Formats: sequence, structure tokens, C-alpha cells
Amino acid sequence: MIINHPLLGPCDAQEFTYLGDARLIDRPDGMAGDAEDAFYHYAYLRDNPAGEHRELWFHEQGDRSWLVVTRNTVTHQITSVELARDVARKQGRGV
Amino acid sequence: MRYSGFKILKEALSGHKGWTPAWRNPDPKSHYDIVIIGGGGHGLATAHYLASKFSQCNVAVLEKGWIGGGNVGRNTTIIRSNYLLDGNEPFYEFSLKLWEGLEQDLNYNAMVSQRGILNLIHSDAQRDAFIRRGNGMILHGAGAELLSADQVRREYPFLNFDDARFPIKGGLAQRRGGTVRHDAVAWGYARAADSRGVDIIQNCEVTGFHIENGTCVGVETTRGYIGAGKVGVAVAGNSSRVMAQAGMRLPIESHVLQAFVTEGLKPVLPGVITFGAGHFYCSQSDKGGLVFGGDIDGYNSYAQRGNLPVIEDVAEGGMALFPGLGRVRLLRMWGGVMDMSMDGSPIIDRTHIDGLYFNGGWCYGGFKATPASGWCFAHLLATDTPHDVAKAYRFDRFRRGRMIDEKGMGAQPNLH
Repeated sequence: MIINHPLLGPCDAQEFTYLGDARLIDRPDGMAGDAEDAFYHYAYLRDNPAGEHRELWFHEQGDRSWLVVTRNTVTHQITSVELARDVARKQGRGV
Repeated sequence: MRYSGFKILKEALSGHKGWTPAWRNPDPKSHYDIVIIGGGGHGLATAHYLASKFSQCNVAVLEKGWIGGGNVGRNTTIIRSNYLLDGNEPFYEFSLKLWEGLEQDLNYNAMVSQRGILNLIHSDAQRDAFIRRGNGMILHGAGAELLSADQVRREYPFLNFDDARFPIKGGLAQRRGGTVRHDAVAWGYARAADSRGVDIIQNCEVTGFHIENGTCVGVETTRGYIGAGKVGVAVAGNSSRVMAQAGMRLPIESHVLQAFVTEGLKPVLPGVITFGAGHFYCSQSDKGGLVFGGDIDGYNSYAQRGNLPVIEDVAEGGMALFPGLGRVRLLRMWGGVMDMSMDGSPIIDRTHIDGLYFNGGWCYGGFKATPASGWCFAHLLATDTPHDVAKAYRFDRFRRGRMIDEKGMGAQPNLH
């Protein structure tokens, strides 16, 4: 698979390590009242769809950026690649 | 029809005109006591043990394609019970004992071959870990044998013992491990279950669950509605998709694992060997092909096909261990979709919906578990209580922090 890095252009997927569902960006608040339940859902449960899947890839052998890759889990086709930093900021994190 | 040597002789003398199909091909009835979704090894084994051990014969097995067309026909056929943890080892040892009596139980030749499995050791630390695992196995009655490098050399003289980076220092052997003809497992269970009245319904995909007041009362399928007293789901690989129809999210990701077969050779490899420094395991089929595999590809996939980098990695592992492999041509390779769970261990449990039961999360070790998985799932379906050797395989172990994590990798499914 080729991942079209937003800054570096097309890169072999072998340069990356895979983490999983991009919802792992949405780390719950550990101080909230429902933190125990929220962390169980966050750490262990997955949608695991057959079809389009947004997922986190780490460019370990490259610029060490985290990417959010939208990929089809049935065909392996990649339709969109974003910097995870931009995705997280758009969701109001890291401010 | 009972199969026997006498029957073969009789048929040979009468032109083989007396053989009948091994199982019926019935239309679904409107209601069953128990409906099992998934006509793979585990689903068919469940039906067989429900009928033969728990007197539950009003049972249907629903399969979206043809039986044995999923992972039971796509694995590397290895059986073993060489686990460390208390939650796992009694279960897999129970399974290995069932393999040992399987052909007599089913009256079907599944070509169970206890040719032994050998896990190779390449460092002192690894020897310590394997001694610990071997002791765990012995404590659970599974048997294990620690071999020195010289002992390994006598049995497998062609391995790369003096590799500069990963010399072979010995091995942990389980002599009762081995291989089984995988398709025959599906066919044998199907035939045995069918002979007791279980309906095996192929080309019947489940499209939804009927849930009334928190109780599952039936399933919608491509062949109409089927009512059920209880529904058991055994669809590893597609567990998340099927259980999503009941509104459940699972502690599972689907990943693709590739396997390979070479051209046929004369007997070269006496047993099953595993490389301890990379991830590579290999055995020789009765047809002569070397059957081998390695790591999963590492990203979510439902594709039943993998990518080239893992093929290269597996080939490198094979060449590092077994240099003669380089002279052999690869005949074919394929991928199967694995339920990778969050701790690398399976789930056999009730769900929060009454009448709906789940069996899945087998990672890439489901084949060897087939008999015990079927027996324990049948036990759960018939009695509503977990079988003693499967009582750790619960959904709530993740919430309660009671993981069964053989590799100690945490909630990262692609590392198990």
C-alpha cells in the first residue's frame, strides 16, 4: 500500500506503524465522573467496520508524524490522508 | 451410513454406486430450539456436541456461503496445547484430547497426525521462558520436553544451527501436537451433526436479529425469518459485523493473516517447527507441500488477501531457519480474516441480550481450538453455564482487568 503523506508525498506503508481506529484521538477525561466506563469503551471496544475506516498511522521511518488515513478495509484503497494534528485541532483538542 | 474398511471393500466390488451425500441440504424450518450462525469448524462442532452430548437435536447451522469455506479451510492445520496461562492451557489441553479421539467420535477420517511440534530456542532468555511454559504445560497434564541443540539436530539436521545472529540453542517439544486435514474437520462434524438431525443450511446469510424486550427470538436471513429459542454466533473474522446487527461493539479488530504452500516434496519435515527469533512456522502436508505462515499484516482488513511486505518477511524468516526452503517453489498463498481480540484470547459467553450467545475472538489460533470451542459453546447453549475449562473466556474480563494476555502486549490487537 502507498500512503500519500500530506507533507512528503507518496510513501510505502512499510515506513509506518499502525495503531488503529482514529477514535483513539478522543481520549476521555480521566477526571470525569464516568471515567471508568469511558476508558473501558475507549481502550477495548472498536467499531471494526468492513468498508471505510479512519485509522491512525505513525510515520516511524519518516518524519515521525501521526496521520489519519481513510482506507477501505475490504479493498485496501486509501481515499484520504490528513495530519492527525490537524484532525485533533479541528475536534478542539490540544488548545 | 457408517464408514468402515468393510464398506469400502463392498463398494469397490459393486462399482462405488452405494455412496450417498455426507449430509442433507434441507430448507430451513420456521423455528428451531437453537440456531447457530456460522457453518465453520466451530459452528459445526457446536452443533455436533449439542446433538451428541447434550441431546439437543432441533438445531440449525446457518452458513452464508458453503460450509468450511471460511477460516477452517484457510489455516495451517496445526494442533497443539502449549500455552502458559491458567485461563488458556486447560482449554487447549481439553481440545487436544478431543482431537485424539475425534475420528472415532465422528466416524470420519480427519487425518489427525500427532507428528509433534517443536518451538525452537535461540537465546538463554528464551530458554528460561520456554522452561517456564513447559512446566506450566506439565502442571496441566499436557506434557512437554526440553531438547538440547544436539537433540534438535538429530531430528532436524537441515536447520540453520550456526546462524551468526540466531543460532539454535534447543527447543521445547510437545510430541502430541501435530496436524489435521482441515477440510475434513468441517465435513466430519457436518456429517456427524446431520446424522443426528441437525439442519445445515447453506447460502443463508443472517441479516438481522429479532430482539423483543431484551430477548433474542429469531434471525432474519436471506432465506426468510427463522425463529429460535437460543441463537449462538460463531463467525470469527466477521464477529463485529454480525454482532453490530444486535447493537453490540466488541473488543475485536479484524486482521488478515496469510498462509503459503509450496510444491509437493518427498518427506523432508518430520513435524511442525516454529522459529523463535522471527515469526515463522512450518509443517509438511501429507500431499508433500510445505505449509507455512508468519505474522498478520497488521492493519484492519476484511480482504482475505494480504500485501507483499509480509510475504517478504515470512520468506526471510523461513530462509533464516531453513535455508533449503530457497530451492522450493511457492505454489499458492492466501489470506484469512482473523478476529484479533484485545488480549489475544477468545470469548465464549452470553451477551447482555437473553438468548444470544457469542463465540469468537480466536485471533490466529482458532483451528486447534475447534473441538473444545464446539464442546464448550454447546455446554453454554444447552445449560446456560460456562464449561469449566472455558470459564475465563468472558466478555467482562476487559472491564474487570482480568485479561488472558499470553504475549503481554496489552490492548493492541495487531501485536498479539
